[in-house]
Amino acid sequence: MEKLLDILRELHPETDFETETRLVDGGILASFDVVMLITRIEEEFGVVIPAKEIVPKNFNSAAALFALITRIGEQDD
Amino acid sequence: MLFPSWAFLLFLAVLVPVYYLVPKRIQWIVLLLANAVFVCFAGFLGAVFMAVTIVTVYAASRAIDALFVRQRETIAAMKATHTKEERKAARLRFEKKRRLVLIVCLILNFGILFALKYGAMLGRLSAGLFGGKPFGQDLALTMGISFYTFSTVGYLLDVYRESVPAEKNPLKLALFTSFFPLLVQGPITRWETVGKTLTEPHAFDGRRFLSASLRIAWGYWKKLIVADRLLVAVKALCARPGVYRGDFIFVEMLLYAACLYADFTGGIDITIGVGEMLGVSIEENFLRPYFSKSISEYWRRWHITLGEWFKRYVYYPLSVSKPMRALSKGTRRLGVGVSRRVPVYLATLLVWALTGAWHGSNLTFLVWGLLNGVVILLSEELKPLYARFHARFPRLTESAFYRGFTVIRTVLLLSSLRILDCYGTVRDAFSSFFSMFTTWNWGAVFRGGIQSLGLSYFDYAVAFSGVLVMFALSLVQRKGAIRKRILKRGTVCSVCVLLVLIGTILIFGRYGFGFDASQFIYNRF
Amino acid sequence: MKRNLLVIGGVVLACIVCFGALFAVSRLVAPKYHDTLIDGHLTGEYYRETTDHDVLFVGDCEVFEHFSPVTLYNEYGITSYIRGGAQQLVWHSYYLLEDAFRTETPKVVVYNVLALKYGEPQSEAYNRLNLDGMRFGRAKLGAIRAGMTDGEDFMSYLFPLLRYHDRIDKLSKEDWTYWFSDGDPVSFKGYVMHTGVDPATETPKEPYDPKLPETSMAWLERIAALCETHGTALVLIKSPSIYPEWHAEWDAEIAAFAKSHGLRYDNMIAENDAIGIDMQTDTYDQGQHLNVSGAEKVSRWFGAVLQKEYGLRDHRGEAAYDADYAALTERYENEKRRLSEGN
Repeated sequence: MEKLLDILRELHPETDFETETRLVDGGILASFDVVMLITRIEEEFGVVIPAKEIVPKNFNSAAALFALITRIGEQDD
Repeated sequence: MLFPSWAFLLFLAVLVPVYYLVPKRIQWIVLLLANAVFVCFAGFLGAVFMAVTIVTVYAASRAIDALFVRQRETIAAMKATHTKEERKAARLRFEKKRRLVLIVCLILNFGILFALKYGAMLGRLSAGLFGGKPFGQDLALTMGISFYTFSTVGYLLDVYRESVPAEKNPLKLALFTSFFPLLVQGPITRWETVGKTLTEPHAFDGRRFLSASLRIAWGYWKKLIVADRLLVAVKALCARPGVYRGDFIFVEMLLYAACLYADFTGGIDITIGVGEMLGVSIEENFLRPYFSKSISEYWRRWHITLGEWFKRYVYYPLSVSKPMRALSKGTRRLGVGVSRRVPVYLATLLVWALTGAWHGSNLTFLVWGLLNGVVILLSEELKPLYARFHARFPRLTESAFYRGFTVIRTVLLLSSLRILDCYGTVRDAFSSFFSMFTTWNWGAVFRGGIQSLGLSYFDYAVAFSGVLVMFALSLVQRKGAIRKRILKRGTVCSVCVLLVLIGTILIFGRYGFGFDASQFIYNRF
Repeated sequence: MKRNLLVIGGVVLACIVCFGALFAVSRLVAPKYHDTLIDGHLTGEYYRETTDHDVLFVGDCEVFEHFSPVTLYNEYGITSYIRGGAQQLVWHSYYLLEDAFRTETPKVVVYNVLALKYGEPQSEAYNRLNLDGMRFGRAKLGAIRAGMTDGEDFMSYLFPLLRYHDRIDKLSKEDWTYWFSDGDPVSFKGYVMHTGVDPATETPKEPYDPKLPETSMAWLERIAALCETHGTALVLIKSPSIYPEWHAEWDAEIAAFAKSHGLRYDNMIAENDAIGIDMQTDTYDQGQHLNVSGAEKVSRWFGAVLQKEYGLRDHRGEAAYDADYAALTERYENEKRRLSEGN
């Protein structure tokens, strides 16, 4: 989780990712950021997020995103 | 049937009472019949193309759905007897089949769209290369094909991704594809939100009817008073790139910005209003786009549904696709920064090229789309620079003045890009644009210049007043929905507003004999 | 309950105010046809008549500038009215006649055949001149439907605001003066007076179809049937002006039509000598239209024909008609004097 927060802070240092729950709906993460994020997640976690999981629901908070990463990671095994 | 026509108003006047008088159970059938009438009214060929889309997407979605079911059954049966690797291989086999079905269906549907959009151009091209008579010159885009193809294909892709179950009743899919308010100029809708509510029963609600009427009237107001008026001047300016140069181009940019906004948002207001009248809520397509502080923000607020569609079905899948990831890894030796940027850059540019191509077959649209992509990527790269600027001058950058500056900057930037949309060739567009910086002729503009564009000073005054009203309402809207507030004041007040809208349209609108039959600009896409 | 009534009352009131305002604007922007484009005033003036008519003229400019009801009355005691309009095409004439039959049954209807050469609607502007003043009714609806050119729409005839709203920035003093009043009549029982003289010169030759269009002949057939059902005699005429040219083939076709229907047909061009028309003095535009001197000569000649052939009663001495025509004659002579002095 801490690793994920680091990646997020890298992208937007000004945002408090631990509490924010409207990252996409609130316009903090643009599509540009989302793709950057996915690339970084693959680098750091070795998890590839499939296109069908790229919906606001999964990206609106760090917690949701972490849950997604964990879920996909488990599936892959 | 265009929105500003007696035929359309009559169509509504018949449909709405019938829709609410029939038993709720068959309401959606009535709507389907109405769509059929609407589509056939627009032309036989268009009806055929639409039928092809409905049939193929229905068949493909059911086939994909069936493959999912069989996959689950097969793998469940294999669980005890086969190894994990074998089960994975089985799953991949099913995946491959599904992909094949999807691709065939996509090729067919986009093929129709492509042929209609580019047929004429390819015909001319081949005639130029090989001689002979150019083919396909009489192909015309049939009504709303760009919009309904995207909506319906979106549904298929959702089924493919297992985001939504496949609809079993083909008539319900037909209803979604052919829903008539969407055929004029979109928006592109999603099965999940609109498709399902279409078939639900809807009871008549007087308040909703009044609210919908207000929205429709406001749409016509923008369209007939502002857009159609300014369109005359914009057309005159665009028609003579060699003559209207310099400061005329600046005038053209501003007039076109106002015209396009009034036209497109007006049309969408009518669409959403008609939907509301029938109890169907259609996605919003605009969120005060000219108040955006950057181009990328603008594209999240203008033609929202198109942007969402591309993001959902092209941009994200593309940037996480295998080849893209491979490319990203392959470029790692050029540096982490480069390799991380590769997917974003390629996907962005490709999506923008496609967005350009969606808007028109002309090369100007492709250049326009790519330039939009370049501007967005540039501003992303410049972000650190901005951040430093903000840190250095916090008082300035937080002031209303600076916010106003960024908004005006964005409007000017997107208007500059739109010049490509005005001219037939890229050369004319660039030459016109740069003449703004080389030719100073404000004198000519105001000494009779703008009067030579087919509009009188009275027309400019009316259009300008209309723009002011739109601007003022947008400011008010930031604090909450306007119609809700009007309706809260009571029925009498709402009816008065409605009557004032209708009255001013009747007096100041550009319609009827002597004015060209009105056409929504976005209708041609 | 009381609240609901208040709401309904408020909505009704708002609608009344709004539609009242729209009606006022509509009247304001509609052309007044009083000081300019006076041809548009003719159709409506008919409804101001207080006396009936034995003879009704219908047709284009060759009736409303070529016959003087004042002369017909003062010379023969024939009461008449001209329902003519600028480029009034045959279907318009038919419906104006149908409209007139709603309120009176003339003994004779005189139709001038020149407009038969047009088998298709010609121009929106002339449609408007001829129909804007027409009272609402089945006849008006029919006339609108029959004569629309491409791009026109039906509704805008019923609600003139839809057509004329673009005049809102082109209003003149005329529009304000006649906003809610029709003003004085511009014609003398449908006759529009001209006093100028511009002698006829050689008439240009134009290609033409030797056969009159079938559509207009079908409408002529309807006019004949309409007159027959009302027991009214129909007379076909071609007024004496020499341009636009009335071709021999057309003349023969109309003569044959008249013969087969038992109608009288007068081609007055052949009678010009008998009538006494001199195209050097009796036309104000080189032989297209007659001036007042020409119109009076034609009326004198044709009045005699009407009296002899149809035994029309001499209404002179009947108080109602005498009063009406005395006032008209005075206005007529004043206008003649005023125009002559202007020349």
